[in-house]
Amino acid sequence: MNGKRRKQVCLVVFFLGALAALCVCPWIGMQRLAFTDVLSQAADTAPHTIFWQIRVPRVLAGFLAGAGLAVCGMAFQAMFRNPLATPFTLGVASGASLGAAIAVRLGLTFVFLGIHGVSLAAFVGALGSVCLVYGLTRLRQGFSTSTMLLAGVAVSLFFSSLILTIQYLSDFTDSFRIVRWLMGGVEVMGYESVLSLLPLTGIGALILFATTHELNLLSTGDDLAMSRGVDVRRTKRALFFASSLTVGGVVAVCGPIGFVGMMVPHICRLLVGPDHRYLLPASFLFGGTFLTLCDTLARTVIAPAEIPVGVITSLLGGPFFLWLLIRGTGQRRG
Amino acid sequence: MSTPVLDVRGLSYDIGATPILRDVSFSVAAGDYVSVIGPNGAGKTTLLKCLNRILPGGRGEIAVRGRPLKDCSQAELAQEMAYVPQAEGRHFDFTVFEFVLMARYPYLSPFSAVKPDDVAVVWHALETTGIRGFSERIHGTLSGGERQKVFIAAAIAQRAPLLLLDEATTFLDPYHEQEILDILHRVHQEEGVAVLSVTHDINSAVLTSDRVIALRMGEIVFAGAPGELMEPGTLQSIFGKPFTFTHHPVTQQRMVLPDALNAGQGKREGE
Repeated sequence: MNGKRRKQVCLVVFFLGALAALCVCPWIGMQRLAFTDVLSQAADTAPHTIFWQIRVPRVLAGFLAGAGLAVCGMAFQAMFRNPLATPFTLGVASGASLGAAIAVRLGLTFVFLGIHGVSLAAFVGALGSVCLVYGLTRLRQGFSTSTMLLAGVAVSLFFSSLILTIQYLSDFTDSFRIVRWLMGGVEVMGYESVLSLLPLTGIGALILFATTHELNLLSTGDDLAMSRGVDVRRTKRALFFASSLTVGGVVAVCGPIGFVGMMVPHICRLLVGPDHRYLLPASFLFGGTFLTLCDTLARTVIAPAEIPVGVITSLLGGPFFLWLLIRGTGQRRG
Repeated sequence: MSTPVLDVRGLSYDIGATPILRDVSFSVAAGDYVSVIGPNGAGKTTLLKCLNRILPGGRGEIAVRGRPLKDCSQAELAQEMAYVPQAEGRHFDFTVFEFVLMARYPYLSPFSAVKPDDVAVVWHALETTGIRGFSERIHGTLSGGERQKVFIAAAIAQRAPLLLLDEATTFLDPYHEQEILDILHRVHQEEGVAVLSVTHDINSAVLTSDRVIALRMGEIVFAGAPGELMEPGTLQSIFGKPFTFTHHPVTQQRMVLPDALNAGQGKREGE
C-alpha cells in the first residue's frame, strides 16, 4: 500500500500548489500593488479595483477553465483509450470557433443571462460539433477509435475552412476580432465570466467525479467494462454531456485554449497512475494551476501588451505532443 | 432439474444483412463445464458477446437463472456472468490489485468506497490464481501467461455463477496453458462455477468439458458428450476435413492428432 500513500501525498501537494497559485498570482502584474491598499476598506482606490475587480476574477476564471479542460481531456482519453483524444482533437474547438466567427460576422451583440452573444454562439458551436461526432459513432456498429479521431480531424478541417471563408468575407475589424478570439485568452473583467464558468465546470466535474469507477473500466476497453456491469452507452452519453457542457462553457468564455486538456492528464498520470479516483482530482487541481500560471505569464511577459494564453499553452503543448508520440512508439517497441 | 444458469432459446444475430448466429438454442446447468468449438467465423465469439450484451440487439430468448436477460441491468448481469476476453495482448498501467479490484464494480454504488469484503474477495481471487505475489506489479509489465491469470482472477473476483471464456489459452505456451486449465478446473470443481468456454483446442475441450457444443456457419451442428463428438464423421462434418485419431493413454478418451504433412501416407480412422 506504499503506492497509495504516494498518491495521497501527490494530491496534497497539488492542492497546496493550487492554493498557492490562487493566492500569489493576483499580486503579480504590471502594476505593483501594496498589501495595505488592497486590503484597505476603501474600495475606490486604483490598486483595490485592479486587485479585486480585474486580477482576482481573471485568476479564478483561468483556474476554472484550466481545471475544466483538464478533466474533460482526461475523460476523453479514458473513453477513447487514446492518448491524443481530447474534446479539441475531436473538433469541439473548431465548432466553437465557427460559432464565434458567425456571431462576430453577423454582429450579434446581445447579452443573455449575463453571457455575451459571441460566447453563447461558441457554446452552441461546441455542443453541435460534439453531437456531430457522437452521432457519427452511433451511425455504424463498431466505429473504431482511430476512425473517430479521423472524423474529428475531418470535422475540424471542414469548420476551419468555413471560418476562413467567413473571415475572408468580413471587414478588417471583424476579421481581427475573429483571429484574436481564435488565439484564446482569459481577458475577463469582473465576476460575470467566473459566474458563468462556475456552474458549467462544476456540473461537468461533478458528473465526472460520480463516474470514476466507470472511467477506470472504460479505459480497459468497452467489452471489459460491459462485462463488469458498466452500462457503457449510458455512461458515455453522460460523459459526452458533461464534457461538452464544460468545454463549451470554457471555450465560450476563453476561446479555444489548446493542449491543456491533453497535457495535464498525461503529466498527472505519470505522477499518480491511471486510477481515476486519484487522476481526476489531480487533473482538476493541476489543470487549474497550470492555466493560472500560463495566464499570469501571458499578461506579464511583454506588459503592458499581452500574449494570448492560447499561444503559450500551444507553444508548450506542441513539443509535448511530439514527445508523447515518440515516447509512445518507443514503448511499444520495447 | 433445477433452473439452468443460462438458457438460450432461438438466438439469432445479424451484422448488417449477414446472419452471424441462426436460431441457437442451448442451456448451461449450474456447475456445468461446456465448451463451444467450431471453425473460424462460426459465430463462437459473437455468441459469448450476445450473452453478456457486449453485442446488444439479438433476437430470441435468453434467460439467466430463470430471469429474462432483457429484465437485467448491466450490473445485475455482471453479477450473473463474468467474462474473460481473448488473450490478445492488451495491457494496462493499473497494478494487478487495482485491476482485479475493478471487477467488484457490479457490487459498488457511485461515490462508494471499496469495502473490506471486496478486498477480501480480491485477495482470494489472487490466491486461487496463484498471483498473490504480483499484486503490486503493473499489469502491462507481466508476461502473456501472467496477464491471462490476472484476467481470470478478475473474473473470479466478480463472483458470478457462470464464467464465459473466449479462447482463454490460445496464445499461451504449453506450460501456461496447462496452468490456466488447472486454475479453471479448480474454480469449476471447488466453487461450483459453471463454465462456457469458446476454444479451438478440440483435445482440451474433450478432456475438460462435461458437454461440447459445435457451431458451424452460426448454427449448432452438434451438442452432446465429448465421446460422441469424437466420432470421425461428426468432427469431419463440423470442420470439413478428415481427422487422425488416437487414444489418451490415461483416460482412454479419443483424441485428435495433427495431420502428417505428406497427406495420404498416414492411416486415418474411418477411412
